Amino acid sequence: MDATEIGLWGVPLAMLGGAIRVSTPFIFVSLGEAITERSGRINLGLEGTLVFGAMSAYAVAVMTGSPWLGLLAAAAAGFCFGLFHGWICKFRGVNDIAIGIALMLFGSGLAFFFGKPFIQPSAPDLPAIPFGGWSNVPQVQAALNINVLFLIGAALAVFLWWAFRNTRAGLILRVVGDSSDAARAMGLNPNTVRLIATGIGGALAGIGGAYLSLYYPGSWTEGISSGQGLMAVALVIFARWNPLGCFAAALLFGGAGALGPALQSVGVTQGYYLFYAAPYILTLVIMIATSSPSRSLAGAPGELSITR
Amino acid sequence: MTERFMLSRRELLKTSAAGAALGLASASFPISRAFAAAVTVGFIYVGPKDDYGYNQAHAEGAATLKAIEGISVVEEENVPETVDVQKSMESMINLDGASLIFPTSFGYFDPHMLAMCAKFPDMQFRHCGGMWNKDKHPMNAGSYFGYIGMGQYLNGVAAGHATKTKKIGFVAAKPIPQVLLNINSFLLGARSVDPIITCQVIFTGEWSLAVKEAEATNALVDQGADVITCHVDSPKVVVETAAGRGAFICGYHANQSPLAPEQYLTGAEWNWAKVYKMFVDDLVAGKPLPNFTRGGLADGFVKMSPLGPAVSEAARAQFDGTLAEMMKGGFSVIKGPLKNNKGDVVATEGQTFVEAAIELESMDYLVEGVVGSTA
Repeated sequence: MDATEIGLWGVPLAMLGGAIRVSTPFIFVSLGEAITERSGRINLGLEGTLVFGAMSAYAVAVMTGSPWLGLLAAAAAGFCFGLFHGWICKFRGVNDIAIGIALMLFGSGLAFFFGKPFIQPSAPDLPAIPFGGWSNVPQVQAALNINVLFLIGAALAVFLWWAFRNTRAGLILRVVGDSSDAARAMGLNPNTVRLIATGIGGALAGIGGAYLSLYYPGSWTEGISSGQGLMAVALVIFARWNPLGCFAAALLFGGAGALGPALQSVGVTQGYYLFYAAPYILTLVIMIATSSPSRSLAGAPGELSITR
Repeated sequence: MTERFMLSRRELLKTSAAGAALGLASASFPISRAFAAAVTVGFIYVGPKDDYGYNQAHAEGAATLKAIEGISVVEEENVPETVDVQKSMESMINLDGASLIFPTSFGYFDPHMLAMCAKFPDMQFRHCGGMWNKDKHPMNAGSYFGYIGMGQYLNGVAAGHATKTKKIGFVAAKPIPQVLLNINSFLLGARSVDPIITCQVIFTGEWSLAVKEAEATNALVDQGADVITCHVDSPKVVVETAAGRGAFICGYHANQSPLAPEQYLTGAEWNWAKVYKMFVDDLVAGKPLPNFTRGGLADGFVKMSPLGPAVSEAARAQFDGTLAEMMKGGFSVIKGPLKNNKGDVVATEGQTFVEAAIELESMDYLVEGVVGSTA
């Protein structure tokens, strides 16, 4: 019995496991959005891209039997959605937030439409790497069963953090995001840079969707996202456009989300609705604690329509 | 803008599709199908109708009506429990000519269906659940439900034999009477096998939240539960997650055995075809529709999934015996002496509540042995 009775240790363990399991879509969407927003545009449509990515990944995985092809399809679909957003937004007088909302509804609707025949079948899952082999506690093994996408997401966060500061591409992105005029003076075309940045952002959101449908929770249903794409967009602001911050915020959200079920499972059963609100309360608290009336958001790209 | 001209999205699509079809079809197609039907019945679902769960069970029932001559079925899925459902009902009445509507989700009743009942006093509305009360609600409304708690008791019997840790788990959506009765029945069924078994319940707070349901299932398995069942709209995520963690599964709403054939013990399923046919037969015959419709295993409202390969001989024998007992009618899951999990007596020695007992429809407690809280 000892191996299965972990009692209160279940709570931190579940939060660790939950952080790893639940955070991956947040990581990819928020990293994608960080790239897009650093170029000076907001793409709120990533919620729709996430849902469409989840659907297309699942559909392709069901039809071909390969989750990797599904992942590729999701990334490609997300890239197209991103390019579409970037292309429309280059026209005069177009509001990127309004287009984002339109694309969010369009992506979800399209996913529901094409996804109908794929609700029932089961698709192969993306592989996970068991890091818990050192432990003989099955709960630890389960919590440390880490999907490859999580590791890729973590590596990507570090890479982006480095690339924003130290590469030519990162510099171009930041210049375009901070001042279109300066970028033009340097001979750059801001629209092209933003088009590519939005496309890459969309592709990453699509990958986040593939994780949802192909690994955790691992099936295609129309309610699979339940707003995670939108929350991830908010995480970017929360993380001050810093990729490492995005990664940390995503982990925090994942862990806080696991708190409610974990507490109920060890017998803390009163007020579970309150525990479910934990991630949002946490966000509010941190936002209030770090806000200041005397300066604008630190790290905000200058061309962003919400801060301009 | 008057109501007459308010088209729903579904209706607009349907009308344009019909227009296109008419344009393509030859002149030998004199009237459109909607007008040929004598009776139109509307179904509204809160989620997709092939969700391996609640909505699928209703849609399977609705599908059997389509085969009946003179009956036309209109359906709308993914309708939120908001004013949207009122629009859906209005368009079904005004544009499709529906005379009987089944809004199938719990939250459609108050205030949405009640508003429509007042607005269309000649139309009939029947809501799935236990909310209708003849003292409070109009007579063109009504409710129908099945005693599926009996099915959860049988699930519990199968689970009681299968569990090694003596701990079973329940992923529940909201603490409403029907859900609480299912949780209590599941535990009491298991305790009929071994009285030391406990049942851990986790409420997710919503009918369909895939990620939270998966987290809840993982948390239950982490705490040692080795048989999992649920009461959420789409059990697919719970079933697949539990199977992935090596736990046994008891199904709910519909048959989920194809998702985990080896670990699926049995499941409590709806048989709405029977209920819907009954209503429609009355409607066609011009008889008044019943306002309060209930039935259980013996009435064919509820059925059990076939027992899976992991069910032992002893379990099978007790399962069949209990089922036979229930088919006779008058079986009581809740019977004294029984306490709730706060220690208060809910049934005294000798007191029994048969499946049809109306008190069970206002259940607000979890019985002793269930680890969880209703608030």
